[in-house]
Amino acid sequence: MKHLTALTLFLLTLTGLAHAAGPPIAEAAKQATNWHAIGMFGFFVSITFGITYWASKRTKTTNDFYVAGGGITGLQNGLAIAGDYMSAATLLGLSAMAYGQGYDAYIYMLAFFAGWPIILFMMAERLRNLGKFTFADITSYRLNQNSVRTMAAISSLVVVIFYLIAQMVGAGQLIKLLFGLDYNVAIFLVGILMVIYVAFGGMMATTWVQIIKACLLLCGGTLVMILAFSQFDFSLSKLFTQVEAVHKLGPKLMYPGALCADPITAISLGLGLMFGTAGLPHILMRFFTVNNAKAARVSVLYANGFTGYFFNVIFIMGLCAVVIVGQNPEFFEGGKIGGKLIGGGNMVVMHLAKSVGGNMLLGFLAAVAFATILAVVAGLALAGAAAISHDLYARVIKKGKATEKEEVRVSQMATVGLGLIAVVLGIAFEKQNIAFMVGLAFGVAAAANFPVLILSMYWKGLTTRGALWGGYGGVISAVCFVLFSKSVWVDVIGQKAALFPYTQPALFAMPIAFGLAYLMSVTDNSDSAKAEKELWHDQYVRAQTGFGASGASKH
Amino acid sequence: MSSEMYDRMRSNPKFQKLVQVRGRFQWTLTIIVLVMFYGYFMLIAFAPGLLGKKIAEGSMWPIGYTLELFLFIFFWLTTLYYVIRSNSEFDEMRIDVIKDAQKEGK
Repeated sequence: MKHLTALTLFLLTLTGLAHAAGPPIAEAAKQATNWHAIGMFGFFVSITFGITYWASKRTKTTNDFYVAGGGITGLQNGLAIAGDYMSAATLLGLSAMAYGQGYDAYIYMLAFFAGWPIILFMMAERLRNLGKFTFADITSYRLNQNSVRTMAAISSLVVVIFYLIAQMVGAGQLIKLLFGLDYNVAIFLVGILMVIYVAFGGMMATTWVQIIKACLLLCGGTLVMILAFSQFDFSLSKLFTQVEAVHKLGPKLMYPGALCADPITAISLGLGLMFGTAGLPHILMRFFTVNNAKAARVSVLYANGFTGYFFNVIFIMGLCAVVIVGQNPEFFEGGKIGGKLIGGGNMVVMHLAKSVGGNMLLGFLAAVAFATILAVVAGLALAGAAAISHDLYARVIKKGKATEKEEVRVSQMATVGLGLIAVVLGIAFEKQNIAFMVGLAFGVAAAANFPVLILSMYWKGLTTRGALWGGYGGVISAVCFVLFSKSVWVDVIGQKAALFPYTQPALFAMPIAFGLAYLMSVTDNSDSAKAEKELWHDQYVRAQTGFGASGASKH
Repeated sequence: MSSEMYDRMRSNPKFQKLVQVRGRFQWTLTIIVLVMFYGYFMLIAFAPGLLGKKIAEGSMWPIGYTLELFLFIFFWLTTLYYVIRSNSEFDEMRIDVIKDAQKEGK
C-alpha cells in the first residue's frame, strides 16, 4: 500500500496536482484569506496583463499565434520549458515527499529529469527541422494529411483535455488552501485568466507568463532554501546528521523505500515519464518557437540545467523542513509534533517559508504557486487550440485553404471552448479522485503520440496504415489499461478487483503501439505506401540538414 | 526544386559523413545515459541496502544520494557536451553541405 500511495503521489506531483491526490488534501479545510499572497498575486496578474496587451499587438499571423513568430531565444525558451516542467505541485509535492520519505523523493526527481538528455539527443533537432506549429506536422509530413493529422489531433486533444481538467481540479484545491478562496471562484479565475492570455496574446504571452513564473519560482525556491540551509551552516553532513536524528524513519530515510517494492511498476513509470514527456503536445510545441535547431538544442540545455538545479533545491528544502517544520509544534494541528500538519501534507514548503521568512515570504511563495498553475494551463490550452485550428480546421477541413485571419480566429474560439470545458469539468470533478486522468494523459502521450512521432522521424518504412494502427492502438490500449487498473476500475467505478494489475500503462501500451505500427506498415503493399516511402529521402535530408525548415534563415 | 536540392545534398559525401559521425555521436550518448539511468534503477530495485550506506566511515553522505547527485551533474554535462559539439562542428558541416548543393545548382 505504501508504495502505491507513493507512486500516485509521484505521478500527481509531476503533473501539478499532488494537492488533489489523497485524503489529506481533500479534507483540508478552506484557510483564512491570505492577503499577502493575494496582493502579490494581484501584482503578478497586472504585469501579465500588460504583457498580454503588448503581445496582442504583435500577434497577427498564425506564425505569431502558435509559435510567437519563431523569435524566442534559446535561453527564453529554456526557461519556458523548465516552467512547464516545474509545476506548483513539483514544488509542493516533491518537497512534501522529501520531508516524509527522504531519498525516495530524490529518486523520483532523477526519473523526472533523465528524459531530457534523451529528448535532446534523439528528437530536438529533427523536431525543429521538420515541424512548423504542431507535432502532427511531423507525423503527417509524408503520410496522408487527412487521416494521420486527424489521428494526431485527437490524441493531442485527449492528452490536453485530461491534463487540463486534472490541473484545474488541482488548482482549485490548491488555491482554496493557499488563498482561502472558494473552490468555484478559483476555477473560474484560472479559466478566465487562461483564456485571456491565450486568446489575446497567443504563444508570445503564454511564453512570457511562463518565463516570469519560472524566474519567480527559481528565485523564491532558492531564497527559502538558502535561509533554511543557513541554519545548518550550509553543510550537508550536518543536515543529514540532524535529519536522521529527528525523523521517525531515522537512518532508513536515506535508503530506497517504496520504489523497489515493485520493479515492474517502477520501470513502467520510468518509461511513461521519459517518453510521455516526449509526447506531450504543449512541450513539443515549444520546439517550434525558436529560430532553428541550434536554438532548440540550447533551450533544452537551459531547461535541463534549471530543472536539475531546482530539484536539488527542493530536496534540500524538504530535508531542512524535517528539522525546522517537523520539530515546531506551531505547524501541527493541536500543536502535537508528529501529528497532522496544518493544511495537509503538501504544505510543508509553505510552512518552511513562513518559518524562515515570515508571512511575506509565505505570501510570495503562495503567489508563485498560483502563477505556476496559470502558466501551465495556458500552455496546455494553446496546444489544444492549435490541434483544433491548425490540424483539424486549417489542414483537414479547409485543406490548407484557410486564411491566416480565419485560422487565428478559430484558434481563439477553440481557446474559449477549451476554457469552458476546463471550468465546467473542473467543477464537476471537484470531489472525484482524478488521479487516473493524469495516468491517462501520460499513458496516451507515451503510447500514442510518442511511438508514431519517433517512427515517423526515424523509420523509412512507416506508412499511413501503420501510423493509424499504431496511433489508435496506442490510444485505445492506454485508455483501456488505465480504465481497468485499480485507480479507475476499483476506486472510481467501484468494482472489487482490478482487471489490469498495474497502475502504469506505458510498459504494456507502448509495445502494442510500436508493434501495430510496424506490422501494419511492413504488410502494406499499396501504391500510396510505396509513394510514401519515396518521400522519405527528402524528409531525411531535411531532418538532417534543416534545409527547408520552417522559419529557417535562407542560405 | 527543393527536391533537387535534397538529391544533391544526399549524394554529397560530406552529407554521408555528417550523418554517420553525428548519428554515432547521438546514439553513443543516448546509450550512455540509458545504461546509467536504468543501471541506477536496477541498483534501487535489487541492492537497496547498499545505497543507504554511508560512502565512508565517519562520513554522513549516503552512497545513493552521492551517486545520484553525480548523475544529475553528469547528465547535464552530457547535454552540454552535445550542444557544444552540435552547435559548432556539426553545424559547420551542415552549412557546408547546403552551400555545396546551392553552388552546384547555379
